[in-house]
Amino acid sequence: MAKGVMIVAEQRDGALRKISFELASTARKLADQSGDEVSAILLGAGIEGLAAELGKYGVDKVFVGDNAALEPYVTEAHAAVAAKIIKDNDPAIVLFGASVQGKDLSARVAAKLAGGLATDCTDVKLDGGNLVAIRPMYAGKCFGEVVFNSAPAMASLRPNVFPAAENAKAGAVTKVDVAVDAPKSKVLEVQKDTSGKVDLTEANVIVSGGRGMKGPEGYAILEELAEVLKGTVGASRAAVDAGWRPQKDQVGQTGKVVSPNLYIACGISGAIQHLAGMSSSKCIVAINKDPEAPIFTKADYGVVDDLFKVVPELTAVCKKLVA
Amino acid sequence: MNIIACVKQVPDTEAQIKVKADGSGIEEGQIKWVMNPYDEFGVEEALKLKEKNGGDVTIVCVGPARAMETIRTALAMGADKGVHICDPAFDNADAFVTANALAAAIKTLPHDIIFCGQRAIDDDSGQVGAMLAEALGLPQLTLVTKLEFAGASVKVIRPIEGAQLSIETALPAVVTCQKGLNEPRYASLPGIMKAKKKPVDVKDAAAIGVATDAKARVAKTVPPPARPPGKIICGDDPAQKAAELGKLLREEAKAI
Repeated sequence: MAKGVMIVAEQRDGALRKISFELASTARKLADQSGDEVSAILLGAGIEGLAAELGKYGVDKVFVGDNAALEPYVTEAHAAVAAKIIKDNDPAIVLFGASVQGKDLSARVAAKLAGGLATDCTDVKLDGGNLVAIRPMYAGKCFGEVVFNSAPAMASLRPNVFPAAENAKAGAVTKVDVAVDAPKSKVLEVQKDTSGKVDLTEANVIVSGGRGMKGPEGYAILEELAEVLKGTVGASRAAVDAGWRPQKDQVGQTGKVVSPNLYIACGISGAIQHLAGMSSSKCIVAINKDPEAPIFTKADYGVVDDLFKVVPELTAVCKKLVA
Repeated sequence: MNIIACVKQVPDTEAQIKVKADGSGIEEGQIKWVMNPYDEFGVEEALKLKEKNGGDVTIVCVGPARAMETIRTALAMGADKGVHICDPAFDNADAFVTANALAAAIKTLPHDIIFCGQRAIDDDSGQVGAMLAEALGLPQLTLVTKLEFAGASVKVIRPIEGAQLSIETALPAVVTCQKGLNEPRYASLPGIMKAKKKPVDVKDAAAIGVATDAKARVAKTVPPPARPPGKIICGDDPAQKAAELGKLLREEAKAI
């Protein structure tokens, strides 16, 4: 009988990613309802020390696969090891992060286990002991409640949505023998972004600009505001298609779906495909000179004015507030 | 070179999505259907590879009868032939069922490289490419923004949070396409005329021979949670409005 909640933790360069703590805390909450154990899969090389950190967030037991073949992440190797650990331990629920790596891994593992997977979930709950996963569809234009006809029930959780709360447990390490067939894929190079900016999908604050920025130069004032708020600058499709901002900055249905604490939309009218990508943000601010702009229907706070006047003032105000 | 591109027909990005009153799905009446934008990148990349290296491009699609339009669009862009897996038994397919159906069709075709969109913009599931790769026993390269073909292998660029990976994989392989990979071409008028005569093999569930029971099922579809109406900050002076906004963000929303 399948039992317990298992998470697949994510680490990079020997440090756990924030999503791992979000997964652990969510798993703890689910497991406490049924009095079950939370276990974690942790894969990489030289990472055994990270198990205790997972323990702090409510993990009872950590299965550690420590092998040079698991660093850096390669789908085939990680999926084979993760699927084997899941099969051998038969959890009722498995949670992944819906990060780039987690999305890549979870689908491969689910296929290996011939099990159901709900991706990019924004809520999970138990109904009669069974997992129900709530996830946005059509980029958030509606939500689906997913139920599972197979065990384990698998879900990946959208980063930045689930709170991470400390809840100390043992985090006892069980070392797992890792046998990895030579994968057909090889990572040749990892080119790190040296800007020091947090990726949009992980950012707490996003300052986003659209067509109203009038050109690439306009973004300087958004960079300044983002700097003060320790945030990341995003862009609408119009701005990316115009070549003002790189592709990786695009928020929306054909870009990144984001859920920061604070989303400040400047000069963005709010095309439906943009709204879809940011409406799960916790607090939304719109600054736009067109009072009829659809973005105001989603905003918690709206300022109808010239953004080139308001944004620098806001930067000055925020500088004082956070000082 | 034998190239496969998988496509799905989805509602246009500008489409308003209305949930059916009984929560059983969405109202399809008013929807304009298009090729999934991420699949367009796959079709384009397939055509570019063919133009450079020779070979042919086969479009494979799981979808209802209307999805034939999307297959014809891909053929009009320049693909050579199509396989349409069409059966009401697939109406409630999840990613696992869809991937297995695609795999069953692709197994009968010679294939050196298979393109999928990184996700379809309807269910936003993003699983089919990886599940297809597993079903075919092939490596997967997901969310690819650049691809270089080198005979028996490909080299790709794959952005992850805060970094870019350069990965090399032996072919055959499954590649899922992200925006930035290329600029999909439009179908030309002669292309549209030619597409009408290109062969499309329509297969039902029996011909495909895979189980059609979904492992994960959307039991209920609901509208997004309503947001309480927002506050519009009034006044004539931008500085005053900025000060008011800053105060609200700090004290009321506790967002800064």
